Amino acid sequence: MTAPLLALEDVSVDFVSGGVTHPAVRDVSLSLTAGEVLAVVGESGSGKTVTAMSLLRLLPATARLSGRAVFEGRDLYAMGTAELRAVRGGRIGMVFQEPMSALNPVFTIGAQLVEAVRAHRPVTRRQARDRAAELLRLVGLPDQERRLRAYPHELSGGQLQRVVIAMAVACEPALLVADEPTTALDVTVQAEIIELLRDLRDRLDVAILLITHDMGVVAGLADRVAVMREGRVVEQGEVVEVLRRPRHAYTRQLLDAVVSLTASPEAVAVPDARDGLVSRGGQVAVAGSGSVPDDPAADAVLVVDGLTVVYGGRFGLSGTRAVDGVSVHVRPGEVLGLVGESGSGKSTLASVVVGLRSPTRGTVTLAGRDITALRGRERRTLRGVVGTVFQDPASSLNPRATIARTIAEPMLLHGAPGGVDPATRVDELLDLVGLSPALRERYPHELSGGQRQRVGIARALALDPALLVADEPTSALDVSVQARILDLFRSLQERLGFACLFISHDLGVVERLAHRVAVLRDGRLVEQGPTADVLTRPLHPYTTELITAAPVADPDLQRERHVRRRTTTP
Amino acid sequence: MSDPLRPNAVRPIRGAALVVLRRDRWALAGALCIALLALLAVGADVLTAITGQDPYTYRIEALDPATGAPAGALGGVSGTHWFGVEPLTGRDLFAIVAHGARTSFLIGLAATAVSVLLGVVLGAAAGYLGGALDRLVTWTADVLLGFPYLVFMIALGAVAPAEVPRPLLLIVVIGFFGWPSMARIVRAQTLTLRARGFVSAARSLGAGPVHVFRHELLPNLWGPIIVVATLSIPGKIGLEAALSFLGVGIPPPTPSWGRTISSAIDWVGTDPMFLVFPGAALFLATWAFNVLGDGLRDALDPRTAR
Repeated sequence: MTAPLLALEDVSVDFVSGGVTHPAVRDVSLSLTAGEVLAVVGESGSGKTVTAMSLLRLLPATARLSGRAVFEGRDLYAMGTAELRAVRGGRIGMVFQEPMSALNPVFTIGAQLVEAVRAHRPVTRRQARDRAAELLRLVGLPDQERRLRAYPHELSGGQLQRVVIAMAVACEPALLVADEPTTALDVTVQAEIIELLRDLRDRLDVAILLITHDMGVVAGLADRVAVMREGRVVEQGEVVEVLRRPRHAYTRQLLDAVVSLTASPEAVAVPDARDGLVSRGGQVAVAGSGSVPDDPAADAVLVVDGLTVVYGGRFGLSGTRAVDGVSVHVRPGEVLGLVGESGSGKSTLASVVVGLRSPTRGTVTLAGRDITALRGRERRTLRGVVGTVFQDPASSLNPRATIARTIAEPMLLHGAPGGVDPATRVDELLDLVGLSPALRERYPHELSGGQRQRVGIARALALDPALLVADEPTSALDVSVQARILDLFRSLQERLGFACLFISHDLGVVERLAHRVAVLRDGRLVEQGPTADVLTRPLHPYTTELITAAPVADPDLQRERHVRRRTTTP
Repeated sequence: MSDPLRPNAVRPIRGAALVVLRRDRWALAGALCIALLALLAVGADVLTAITGQDPYTYRIEALDPATGAPAGALGGVSGTHWFGVEPLTGRDLFAIVAHGARTSFLIGLAATAVSVLLGVVLGAAAGYLGGALDRLVTWTADVLLGFPYLVFMIALGAVAPAEVPRPLLLIVVIGFFGWPSMARIVRAQTLTLRARGFVSAARSLGAGPVHVFRHELLPNLWGPIIVVATLSIPGKIGLEAALSFLGVGIPPPTPSWGRTISSAIDWVGTDPMFLVFPGAALFLATWAFNVLGDGLRDALDPRTAR
């Protein structure tokens, strides 16, 4: 066996603040050979990012390191500053989670790439620029000369992540540390970035230390995997071994909690288009541009008709059409899953339904009344019919209000349903979402992420709403918490029978909850129909693309999908 | 007991204040100093009654008949006149300083209350509602911040009819010119809070601006409000002293630090203690509010919190 490229031996990291020591990483030993991909998996607080950052010694001054991190025969923890600088960026490249914040917004892509090349190599500006163009070609960005002159804001998230990767490999490092490289990206882009990393590994023979919480990414990219929990590595081994036959209970729990898409598209011929529409049973998709028409049921709780929202567009400018002529409806007791990637207009649509924004055109009818036609008091009263669960529970709860007060807020505005005492109702709601009444007087910062989202759900249900709008309610949560919140959501929906507009970018989540699915793309509704039909026999090519890009926690299936994507996408 | 369903801002702020007083020696010294001066102001009547003095009675017998300066060393400091006496009149200087503290604190605190009220309401309204109101408030605040208010106050003090009580006039005018700095900070804070989920959550439930302000914004604004208010009190006490010094503030015979300092300037060569006592009182009051405010800001502002 050859000597490993990187070997962590009994690494521990403690954070010391105010004389108190908080252990973050405990006795971690990992090793990585050249050209290998090691995935470190864990939930937030597991110490995975701290471990990775310790390699480049990018931790705050309060961190205390112990143990050894031997990289190419030298201990990274014992290096002097000058030596360390040569390793950073030179021998070890870093890919960050958020590409937009990893690049300096006031310099062009070219300037930043040239900088990265020249930091470690004595080359002329001209040579560095040629190298930069070569790097962009390497990461698969076409039209390199134009890209080099572009500023970060002119590129999409996926393109930016490619630039960040190009920077990381600029000096042909032996090791690439990728901290959640795909988390901030859309599913289809995510799949492309994983593809790119695999490709670079093969071509440059670079080892990759991948930090992620996403089992789908692990399955698609890693050779070996180490599972971390509370600062310790609980299990490590070959990716197929660990994902197929997990030995540690925690790994099993993590894998069970993964909400991935179970449906896979069948090869069924798509019917011919008629009047610009393709339909099969209750399933409709557009063949050209425009949105799918909607035939609302008479008893629908929510009817959105021809909704258009234009941003900007004052002073004769054309503006951006965030939502363009979308029509959907939700019937009592029905869950409509609204799926789309970032920029598809799904959150804009939700903000109109919950009354935070006025539409440019179109109507929104709630319980038979058009909210766009109502003003003042009547409009506010109608708001009691809708409950809303927000994406980020940390921000959607008032930090200065107790849990009881937050849950009671809707009742303070509209009165408690059936005239019960708000305090009694609060206890009832806490019980309903599985929280102890002892939490009544706590503040949000004393609760975990999952508990906070339960509070958010309790607040949304306080008035027995006819319609619940849930805008990505689980995407800010850890995997295991996400699964529990979804289970809670489903059981509440079955028990209380409210209608629900469920917005998500995650097809796996939607598959679990929704009766019908509507797919949004660039503000237009490209397909809608019963969940099972849409996910197994998609009519629109974009839906097919979304389904094949959705990561699954199965290494073989994931790799097979990659191969299929490579052959089907041009 | 307070309503359990109201957002509670008192607890975290009280907690932060206690931490400040425990950890920050300077802030503690400032707080003690404020407490002492407040005691002096509130108990002025009782304290001066101990020696049977008051700030109005002339006591020619305490003066040196030849020069009109206080008889005895250190400006006449003695068991009956703790701080000595005023030259020419023989009034008790301790009584003047104690009753002057009353004037200074009354005007400083009341003017701050006026600024805080105006600043918070206008700043929050501008930040939350935006649009034309925001432009109007921001513009007015900019104009007022650049306004030569001292000249304006002197002129106003000269033309205001005598029926208007001077303390009230001072409170209103000083308070009015103080709101822009508060409004700016509250507006900026409101802009960031407005983008937070819990404000959207309340709005989506049909909460109107007043509800959002009282229940969502205000509890989160108390921290900066208290810091800015504490830091602005010494400026207002100083402004009152300056106006009295210039002769357009509190009219005689009501004691005022600024006016006493003004008359002490003429005696600084022969009776320096006449300047030292009111000067020290003014210095202590402004210094104490400043260090306490600094300490509170360090504790309440996450950027400087340790």
